[in-house]
Amino acid sequence: MAIVFGVTRAAGWPEVKAAFFDWGNYRESFPAISRAFLLNVKIFLIAEAFILVFALLLAVVRSLPGPVFFPLRALAIAYADFFRGVPTILVIAVLGFGAPALAVGGIPTSTTFWGIVSLVLIYTAYVSEVYRAGIDSVHPSQEAAARSLGLTRGQALASVVLPQAVRRVIPPLLNDFIGLQKDTALVGILGSVEAFKQAQIEVSADFNFTHYLVAATLFVAITIPLARFTDWLVARDRRRRQVGSLV
Amino acid sequence: MRKILIPLAVLAAAVAAAATGGRSEASTAALPGCTKATLVTVSDGKLSIGTDNPAYPPWFAGGEGTKPWKINDPNKGKGLEPAVAYAVAKRLGYARGDVRWVYTPFNKAIAPGRKSFDFAINQISYTPDRAKVLTFSSSYYNVNQAIVGLRGKPIASVRSKAGLRKFKLGAQLGTTSYQYIVKSIKPSQSPAVYDTNDAAVAGLKNGQIDGLVVDLPTAFYVTAVQVSNGKIIGQFTSAVGNQERFGMVFQKGNALAGCVDKALAQMKRTGVLKRIQQIWLAKVTGAPVLK
Repeated sequence: MAIVFGVTRAAGWPEVKAAFFDWGNYRESFPAISRAFLLNVKIFLIAEAFILVFALLLAVVRSLPGPVFFPLRALAIAYADFFRGVPTILVIAVLGFGAPALAVGGIPTSTTFWGIVSLVLIYTAYVSEVYRAGIDSVHPSQEAAARSLGLTRGQALASVVLPQAVRRVIPPLLNDFIGLQKDTALVGILGSVEAFKQAQIEVSADFNFTHYLVAATLFVAITIPLARFTDWLVARDRRRRQVGSLV
Repeated sequence: MRKILIPLAVLAAAVAAAATGGRSEASTAALPGCTKATLVTVSDGKLSIGTDNPAYPPWFAGGEGTKPWKINDPNKGKGLEPAVAYAVAKRLGYARGDVRWVYTPFNKAIAPGRKSFDFAINQISYTPDRAKVLTFSSSYYNVNQAIVGLRGKPIASVRSKAGLRKFKLGAQLGTTSYQYIVKSIKPSQSPAVYDTNDAAVAGLKNGQIDGLVVDLPTAFYVTAVQVSNGKIIGQFTSAVGNQERFGMVFQKGNALAGCVDKALAQMKRTGVLKRIQQIWLAKVTGAPVLK
């Protein structure tokens, strides 16, 4: 409250208010930015589908035991280290401008395509770590018990370890999903007109910054319901698991 | 013979004068009410001029010099915009050494709040909406938009504005080029919008866009230097009474704008502005007009 009071009493407040909180401008650019936001939605939905699958494969590869699988494990580790370390915007710029420049027949030039590829590469690395944490959190006795019942290692992983592991990491998975949603704005550097780029276009037309607020509203409007949904999912799961037990 | 020689001699003198920062121009009368002593500037006794970095030809020339300037150093006073800026500064009583160039990305130039420059000169086109937020000087260059494509591609043989509609077009963010695509060409596919000129050029080379809309002088630079197989397909003329023009931008209401306008008016009257344009945009020699 004190901050709000201080800000609104500042000498430059009328100017800031006109530049960032102009209702007329907000309404005017809302339809165009909403339409552009559909591209963000398309990008993160397609990307997330691939990320969830690839990251799980990567996590499983990384938790393979024994010296036989060392090369695979090493590759998985190198992949995760590299793509978690490189800034997303660089991967997008290099792939989005670089890959089509190869001019090899059959390589798509679509900026949306390369934007999705980059995001999948990056977020697969992040999400595989989340999965791995989940897999590690399942007590080894669970697998041992499954194997003693005659299940193979693969069967034990698929029907005993992974179901428990994935359930535990739903909140951090959502965390990365929200991160992905926000990073779709980076695809704009390739020339695709998504919500943030559309907002920039509007800003450059009249030099008023309210249009950024429109983009911000759209991103928040989609993440908050998702966060509440995850909370509900986790709570429901906990209730079901604790039926009949003492708390 | 004499009739030809005299204008030639005048032009040569002007070239020499502009090249050396206009030290020896005769037609500089002091502007009433606009002297260094009475003007209020960001840094006392200095004129701070904002522009973006890198500073691209043909707007800037002379090559690199002091840091942090890339490609061209505005302190050298070469290229259309430094030449105009130094000529204006001189008329307001600022010597060459009193001019300070301030690195000002476009977004910072247009952001609200106190500016770190007295005026910015960076190919910023006047529009009524923009003038609500910033004060613009009068025109120092009237500009036309143009379209660049690759030789041998279908777009290279287009001869009319309507013929461009079916192609994927692109422009740089924050330019009136984008507005021109959307409002005047009205293509069937939504245009690509790039953060920088370099990114837009990469998009053109990669075939991610068929045509790049830029202002005409930049089109000449793009085809001469950046895209070897690039071709200026044509230029577009503005509607009568709606000529697109570049102006310096000031903090809204800055009284300095009035003085800069007086200086520009004097430069127009005496032909100095025209000569500066002829010197630095000599290669901009017209392109077919697409209607």
